[in-house]
Amino acid sequence: MFKIVLFLAAISLQSQSLFAQDISGKLLLTAGVSQIEGAAGGGLTPWAFITGYGTRDQIGASTYYTKVDSQDYSLESYGVGVGFYDRVELSFAKHSFNTLAVGQDLGLGHSYRLKQDIFGVKVKLYGDAVLDQASWMPQVAIGAQFKENKNEAVVKSLGVKDNKGIDYYVSATKILLNQSLLYNLTLRTTKANQLGILGFGGDKNDSYELMYEGSVAYLLTRKVAIGLEYRAKPDNLSAIEEENWFDIFAAWTPTKNMSLTVAYVDLGQVATKENQSGFYSSLQIGF
Amino acid sequence: MKTIILVIILTLSTSFAKDTSAYDNFGGKKVIKKVVDDLMTNLLSNKRTKPFFEFTDQDRIKNKLVEQFCSELGGPCKYTGKSMKESHEDQEIKRSHFFALVEELQKAMDQNKVPQRAQNKLLAKLAPMHKDVVTE
Repeated sequence: MFKIVLFLAAISLQSQSLFAQDISGKLLLTAGVSQIEGAAGGGLTPWAFITGYGTRDQIGASTYYTKVDSQDYSLESYGVGVGFYDRVELSFAKHSFNTLAVGQDLGLGHSYRLKQDIFGVKVKLYGDAVLDQASWMPQVAIGAQFKENKNEAVVKSLGVKDNKGIDYYVSATKILLNQSLLYNLTLRTTKANQLGILGFGGDKNDSYELMYEGSVAYLLTRKVAIGLEYRAKPDNLSAIEEENWFDIFAAWTPTKNMSLTVAYVDLGQVATKENQSGFYSSLQIGF
Repeated sequence: MKTIILVIILTLSTSFAKDTSAYDNFGGKKVIKKVVDDLMTNLLSNKRTKPFFEFTDQDRIKNKLVEQFCSELGGPCKYTGKSMKESHEDQEIKRSHFFALVEELQKAMDQNKVPQRAQNKLLAKLAPMHKDVVTE
């Protein structure tokens, strides 16, 4: 993983010096960060932004590493994203969910890991969240996340129907400079249990459901934003309850090549353990 | 958790209700002049923006920018320059150039300690001008 980060950092530094006049055109913070599934967004939810700092004449890219630690679990998420001409975003992310002591209790072994891969695609449809300040029209994008859980036998033993699933979403994002605020609303249709870490569909429900996700951020300075996020989630399994997620975050972007996000996340019940909450931290490197 | 969110949203919305003059919050004409001076210095030291300003009548541009910023912020000034379209149509300006200028403006405002809210109010007025400024 860190090889990827270093590689991208190297490319990013090199491209800065080689083509300094024609990369990374966007303003600080207006590229978002990498959300938990690898798309440009906040922490939990995708935004209509295209990853990286490329404008419509440029290509941008980013790589990230995110860790979430709750009382009983730990999740690592990392990946890369490329933004083409501020129009199309392709991303690839990996999740590694560490069951720690719970794994032992379930007979899977201490620190048994559930893993999944996520390939994402996003297309900006219209609007410009930053430039169109004269209107309320948000920037709108549609996207899909193709997910494959790597622990098919284990998740199916829980009543899960499938180890593969596709989420579809539409995101509307707007920065209101006059109020120094950013708003995002995402509608997602999904069958994923805990993002897909526990597979897709279940004995209680096996059809697509519409989920609401929202973010509000206050732009404290041009380098720092603080905000809140909410993500509604399905509840497909009778044996394992799933709840909606909240977070309170602060994102700091000292340069266009780096951003650091920290958050307090409230995850509710996760894989039989109630009241999971904890610390979210994410580093993004890109250009 | 929901209560915390509500409290924060309410606090934010009340802080928007008392929206005193953006011009005063910015620091008035004195600060606008300093910001524009620093902006021009920054533009000339940034290789993305330098070519657009290097061989121009910089003093004239600065005077017009002071008028424009002052008037956009609701201050007692009138912009007497050419329209944004007229003054930019002969140049090859990309979005990345436009954003580069905005960045240098943000730095100039930071250098003069303009409050963030006032900075963003000015940017909100200038952002829609991309339609007339960006030519390709």
